[in-house]
Amino acid sequence: MRSDPHVHAAGAALADLVLKKTGVDVARCYQCGKCSAGCPLAAEMDFPPSQIMHLLQLRDLPGFAEMALRSHTIWLCLTCEICFCRCPMELDIPKVMDALRHEALARGMVHPKAKDILAFHRAFLDSVRVTGRLFEMGQVVDYKLRSGHFLQDMLQAPWMFWVGKLHLLPERVRDRRALKRIFARTRRAGEKRP
Amino acid sequence: MKTGFYPGCSMKGSAREYSESLLAVARELNRELPEVPDWNCCGATAAHNLDPDLALALPARILAAAEKDGMDEVLVPCAACYSRLKVTRHELLEDEQLRQRISGLVEADYRGSTEVLNILEWLSRVPELEKHVKKPFQRKVACYYGCLLVRPAGIVKFDRPEDPQTMDLLMRKLGAEPIDWAFKTECCGAGFSVSRTDLVAKLSGHILEDAVSRGAEAVIVACPMCHLNLDMRRPNIEKRAGKKISIPVIYITQALGLAMGLPAKKLGLQRHKVAVKISAANAAAKDI
Ligand code: SF4
Ligand code: SF4
Repeated sequence: MRSDPHVHAAGAALADLVLKKTGVDVARCYQCGKCSAGCPLAAEMDFPPSQIMHLLQLRDLPGFAEMALRSHTIWLCLTCEICFCRCPMELDIPKVMDALRHEALARGMVHPKAKDILAFHRAFLDSVRVTGRLFEMGQVVDYKLRSGHFLQDMLQAPWMFWVGKLHLLPERVRDRRALKRIFARTRRAGEKRP
Repeated sequence: MKTGFYPGCSMKGSAREYSESLLAVARELNRELPEVPDWNCCGATAAHNLDPDLALALPARILAAAEKDGMDEVLVPCAACYSRLKVTRHELLEDEQLRQRISGLVEADYRGSTEVLNILEWLSRVPELEKHVKKPFQRKVACYYGCLLVRPAGIVKFDRPEDPQTMDLLMRKLGAEPIDWAFKTECCGAGFSVSRTDLVAKLSGHILEDAVSRGAEAVIVACPMCHLNLDMRRPNIEKRAGKKISIPVIYITQALGLAMGLPAKKLGLQRHKVAVKISAANAAAKDI
């Protein structure tokens, strides 16, 4: 297997890409596990952060680095920054997670369980693109349509409206065209409709 | 010195009581807080997760607008927005090429003269805050900072990343007794409030249970997202924990307002999911 030049190159390329995009050299991780010990969601992840680092370290073995891209972990990471804060090698793990997410999106390798999280993010940005500010009510409807969770929070909305937290009309930026242009220029894989 | 105000989307909607209490307190303290002209959403976790350029461009437009308006600093009370603006400022000033590229994307040049300020920094600067206290907040409180006010430490350069003290000191000035506890800067589940409510119920539940078990009578927060998770998601938290958890969650600006003797309604306390039955001092409950 080791001799498969294609897969070998893919693993190496990913570790190099991470280095280029984040400045983090995964080879410096010595697997102490402090990041995973502190990670609030380690128990929910398929690979806790230290294992993501390990997968990237296995750059010369076929398939491993790609497992990091396909992991549920990168979508569960909340960027709480505890891991980076505690890493004795001062490796910016949340930044590595960012880079892996962007790459997973670009390659269409998103973990199936991340569907709802992604639907929420997309509904959020849709709202901002149109009005320049988040329209919470619009976003919730958009999210329901995208995720199929129509009944979720059904009772929350009337309560929010009652106490004055939910507006029926969006707040808007005056120069909405400028916002549209920013979105058009930055448009990337992740932002496109699924 | 001109200090601007970036409310962000949630303070105009689901967290309007944070804005109401901040503005009420600012009025009392004779502080003007003009909004950043024609501000837009910072992009929050969504832009950060999906599109690295957008994640810098949206905050850059805000910073440029504040700078153009002559603001020396912008107060960003939402910890999540604060983080996005602070990180963007840092990245743009670190890398001139990136700064120029992003400036091109947003058609506005941010040169870095406008600083980004969080609510605790802003409040800490009020000279002799104690003098404004009319009804000491004589309660045991759990000061909850969350993640984004204190981390990444190298960028925000604010307080200690795991055992910060700024809010504790502020609450002490108001007459409260901050408890020593383990979840000061643990994550509440942040942006998963809708998409993974189950995880928010778990993480936020742990935070509340620790605060309660150590005798806190209220959790004090400085972030709309933390408030949303700890307060509005209480039914989900209680369902998961299998018990009632009635500790209220109060914004630092509401606590200050109560201590200043402002009426609860002006501070938006009636908008909380979990009833705030405590008041500043040992005043009668009818205050609330
Ligand atoms: S804390 Fe740092 S060195 Fe330790 S396992 Fe995690 S990434 Fe590697
Ligand atoms: S930033 Fe992500 S990986 Fe690191 S501790 Fe937080 S949730 Fe875990």
